[in-house]
Amino acid sequence: MDFLTDPGFPFLTLILLAPLVGALAIVFVPREEVWTIKAVAVVSTLVSLVMSLLIFFAYDQSIGGMQFTEDILWIKDLGVSYSLGVDGISLPLLLLCNLIGFSAVYASWNNKERVKEFYVLLLILITGVMGTFVARDLFIFLLFYEVVIIPIYIMVIIWGSTKRVTKEYAGMKLTIYLLIGSAFLLAGIMALYVNAYQLTGVRTMDIESLMLVPYSDQFQILGFLLMAVGFCTLISMWPFHSWSPDGYAGAPTAVSMIHAGVLKKIGGYGLIRIGLFILPVGAKFWGPVIAVLAVGNVVYAAVICLVQKDLKYVVGYSSVSHMGYVLIGIAALNVVSINGAIAQMFAHGIMAALFFAMIGNLYEKSHTRNIADFGGLANQMPILAVGFMLAGLASLGLPGLASFPAEFTIFVGAFGVYRVLTILAISGIIFTAVYILRMMGNILFGPKRVEWDKLPDIKGPEWVPLIVLGTVLITFGIFPSLLMDLVNNGVAPLFARSGLGAIVGGGF
Amino acid sequence: MDFTLLVPEIFVACLAFLLLVLGIVAPRGERRGLVLFAIIGIIGSIVVVAVHFEMFDSFLGRMYLVDSYASYFKLLFLISALLVCLTSTSYFKPLVGEGSEAYAIMLFATLGMMILVSAGELITLYVGMELMTISFYILTANLAGEDARSSEAGLKYLILGAISSAVMLYGFTLLYGVTGTTMIHEIAQHSDTSPAFWLGVIFALSGLGFKVAAVPFHMWAPDIYEGAPTPITIFLAVASKAAGFGVFVRLFLTAFPYHADHWIPVIAILATATMILGNLAAIPQQNIKRMLAYSSIAQAGYLLVGLVAANDLGVKGILFYSMIYVFANVGAFAVTIVFNNVSESDDIADYSGLARRSPLLAVTLLVCLLSMAGIPPLAGFAGKFYLFTAVIGQGYLWLAIIGLVMSMISVYYYLSVVRVMYMGQVTDYSAIKISGSMKLVLYVCMILTVVIGCYPGPLAELANTAAYYMF
Repeated sequence: MDFLTDPGFPFLTLILLAPLVGALAIVFVPREEVWTIKAVAVVSTLVSLVMSLLIFFAYDQSIGGMQFTEDILWIKDLGVSYSLGVDGISLPLLLLCNLIGFSAVYASWNNKERVKEFYVLLLILITGVMGTFVARDLFIFLLFYEVVIIPIYIMVIIWGSTKRVTKEYAGMKLTIYLLIGSAFLLAGIMALYVNAYQLTGVRTMDIESLMLVPYSDQFQILGFLLMAVGFCTLISMWPFHSWSPDGYAGAPTAVSMIHAGVLKKIGGYGLIRIGLFILPVGAKFWGPVIAVLAVGNVVYAAVICLVQKDLKYVVGYSSVSHMGYVLIGIAALNVVSINGAIAQMFAHGIMAALFFAMIGNLYEKSHTRNIADFGGLANQMPILAVGFMLAGLASLGLPGLASFPAEFTIFVGAFGVYRVLTILAISGIIFTAVYILRMMGNILFGPKRVEWDKLPDIKGPEWVPLIVLGTVLITFGIFPSLLMDLVNNGVAPLFARSGLGAIVGGGF
Repeated sequence: MDFTLLVPEIFVACLAFLLLVLGIVAPRGERRGLVLFAIIGIIGSIVVVAVHFEMFDSFLGRMYLVDSYASYFKLLFLISALLVCLTSTSYFKPLVGEGSEAYAIMLFATLGMMILVSAGELITLYVGMELMTISFYILTANLAGEDARSSEAGLKYLILGAISSAVMLYGFTLLYGVTGTTMIHEIAQHSDTSPAFWLGVIFALSGLGFKVAAVPFHMWAPDIYEGAPTPITIFLAVASKAAGFGVFVRLFLTAFPYHADHWIPVIAILATATMILGNLAAIPQQNIKRMLAYSSIAQAGYLLVGLVAANDLGVKGILFYSMIYVFANVGAFAVTIVFNNVSESDDIADYSGLARRSPLLAVTLLVCLLSMAGIPPLAGFAGKFYLFTAVIGQGYLWLAIIGLVMSMISVYYYLSVVRVMYMGQVTDYSAIKISGSMKLVLYVCMILTVVIGCYPGPLAELANTAAYYMF
C-alpha cells in the first residue's frame, strides 16, 4: 500500500474518472447485453467507492486542510487551474456521493427500458456531482455543477413516472428552477472573480486565494445575495422549493436518490465553502433572512407532509423540511452549528437515498405509491419493512442513527444565536414524528391485505442499497465521532482563517 | 504598395472566377464535383491566412488593414465557407443548379467579408459590405424556381438589405461631412459633436445592427433563415453575422472611442432587448429553422455585450464567441439538412424519436444546442464566461445577470427539441443514412464544441492576439 502515502498519487482524478470511463465503455457495449452494461456500471462505481473509502480513512486529521491535492494549470488567460483536493468539509460529502451512487446502480437493477442510455447518463451524473465536491477552483466547480442538470432532465423525461404531474412537467420545472438559480450563482461567481482581479491584480479562481481578497462590505452583501439565490434554490429553501417534491416524484428511483441524497447538498456545501468563507460580511448580513426562511422550510414543509397521499411526495417534502435544519445551522454562523449542518447533510443524504430506494422498490412491484392502497406490508415484505423503518426512524432523528447527533449539534449551535427561531425549528421534529409514524403505520402495519400477497420481498441485488446505506446510518449513529471530528477538523480552521469568527463576534 | 498582403483575397477572387468559368465549360451533369475545387481552394486560403496570422500592416496608407484582428475573422469566414461547402453536398435540392454558380457566389460573399473586416476607411468598408450582401441576395433566392419561400426570402432580404445599406451609407456621408475624412482612425481625432455627427453614428449603428440582426433591426432574420436553402442559411447565420460584428467593433472602437460614454448605453440597451426578445420569441416556434433563427438573434445579443465592455477583454470575448458560435450553428443546421432530406420537414414535432433512428444526429444537435445555451463543459459556457466577465469588469453587473438568466431560459426551448428527440415515439425506426462529408461536419462540430469547452486555452490565445492588435 505504498501509493497511499505517496502524496502525488492522483486519487481524486481516478475517483472522478472511474465512472466516466465506465460510461464510455458502456457506449461500446451492444444494447442487448444488459448484464454486461450493469456489470460495468457496478465495477466503475465500486472502484470510486473503494477509493473514496480509502482516502476517507487515510485523511490525516493532525495535518488538516486540503489533502490529496492535484494542480494542473488549465486555462492560462483566465487563471484557472484544474485543482482538486478534499478537506473535512468535502470528504464526507464525497463519500456520501459514492455510497449513494453505488447503491443507485442497484436500485435501478430491474429497469428494462433503454438500459444502456440509462447507465451512461447515471454515471455522468455521478461524476458531475463528485466533481463539485472535490474542486478547489471555482471554474472547475461550475463546470461540474451544471453538467449534472442536463442528464437529470433526460432521465426524468425518459424513465420518470407521471402521477400528480406529468414527468415532462416535473423535469422541466426542476431544470428551469435550478438553471435560473445557477444564472444568479454564475453572475455572483463572475463578479467575485472580476472584483478580485481589480483588487489584487491577479486572475484567479482558486477558492482559498479568493478567501484572502479584501472585498468591500458593500460588494460582499451583493455577492452573497447572488450566490445565495443560486445555492438556496438548489437546497430547496422555502419559498423556492416547489421544484423538489414534483421533481422527485417524477424522477426514476436512482435519480431521486442522487438528487435528494447528494445533489441538493451541493447547495449547502457551496453556501458554506463559497458564501460563508469568501464573503463573511455578506453572510452576516443575510444570515437572519436565511434563518427565518429556514424555519419556513421546516414548519411549512412538515405541515404539508401531513396531508400527502403519495409516498414520494411525503419524502420529497420531508427532505425540504430537513434542509431547513441545514440552512438554520448555516445561518447561525458558528463552528458548532456549521459542523451540525454538514453532518446533517451527510445523514439526510443517506436516509433520503434509502427512503427513495425502498419506495422505488415497492413501486416497481406494486405500481402504486398511494399510501391508502397499502397496509400490513410488514407481513409480506419484512425486509423492505426493515429498510423503511431504518429510514423513517433516522428521519425523525432517533438517537442511535446518524441524523440524531447532526440535528442535536445544529440546535445546540443555533440556539445561542436565534433562540425563538430554533425553538420553532425544533417543533418541526414533532411534525416529522407525526407524519413519519403515520406513514409507517399505514403502509407497514395494521391488518394484512391479501391483494399484496404476491409481492416478492427484497432479494438478490435489491439487498445492496439496504445493506450499504443501512450500515452507514447505524455506524455513524453509534460512532458519531467518525464524522463529527473530521467535519470539525475542516470547519474550525477555515472559520478562523476567513475572519468569519471575528466578524460575527461572540458565540462559541 | 505591398501586394503580397492581399494574397488571401486575390486567391479567393481567382478561385471564384475559376469556378464560374469551370461551371460553364464543364459538361452538363458533371458539375457537382466542382465543389472539390472550392473545398481545396478554401483550405489553401485558410493555410495562407493562418501562416501570416500575427502581423500588423496596412495597404494604401491604412485604407486596408492587414492585422491579426482581420486575419482571425478571415479564418472564421473561410472555415464557415468550408463547412458550408461540405454540408451543401448532401443538400437534396439542386443548390448548384445547372452550373456551379452557387459556390462561386459564395466565394464572392466570402471575399466581401474579408474586405469588410480589413477595411480601414468607410468606402472600402461599404464596398466590402455590398459585395457580401448582394451575393447573399442571389444565394437566398437560389431555389426561386422550386420553392416560393426562397424567392420570397430573397426579395425580402433585397428590399430590407438595400434600405439598411442606404441608411448606413447616409450615415457615412454625414460622418464625412462633419469630419472631412473617410479614414476610420482619423474620424476619432475630431472632437466635433454636432447633431449631424450623432445622426451619422446612429445611422451607422442601425445599418450594422441590421447586419448582425440585433433587436429592433431583426425582423428580417426569421423569414429569411426559414426561406433560404439551408446551407445558405448557415452561411448567413454564422459568417455574415460575424462579419457584421467584425466591422461593428472596428468602426466603433477605432472611430468613436472618445464618445464611448454616449454610445455604450445605447448598445447596452440594444443588447438587453436583443437577448430578451430573441430568447422569448424562440419559445413558441414550431419550425426548427425559425427557432434557430430566433436563437441566433439572441446570440447576437450576447455578442453585443462584449461591445458594451469596449475593451480588449470584450473584443476577445466577441472573437472567441463568434468562432464557437460557428461550430454550434453549423452543427445544428447540418442536422436539419440531413433530417429534411429524409422527412422533407423542418417541424420540431417531426423530430420525434430521432435519438433511436440516428444517435449521431441526436447527440450532435444536443451538444450544439446546449453549447448555444452556455451549459458547461461545452464551448458556449467558456464563451459566455469571457463575454460576461468582461462586462462585469466595466461595472455592468445587471447586464450580465440579464444575459445569464436569459441564456438559462433559452434552455427551455432547446430542451423541448431534446425532449422530442429522446422521448417521442415513432412507427418508423429505420436508420437515417448520412453521407461521408456530412458525417465529417457533424463530428467536427460536435468534437470541437466539446473540446474547446473543456480546454479553451488555444482558441483563447488566438483571440487574445487578435484583440491585442486591435488596440
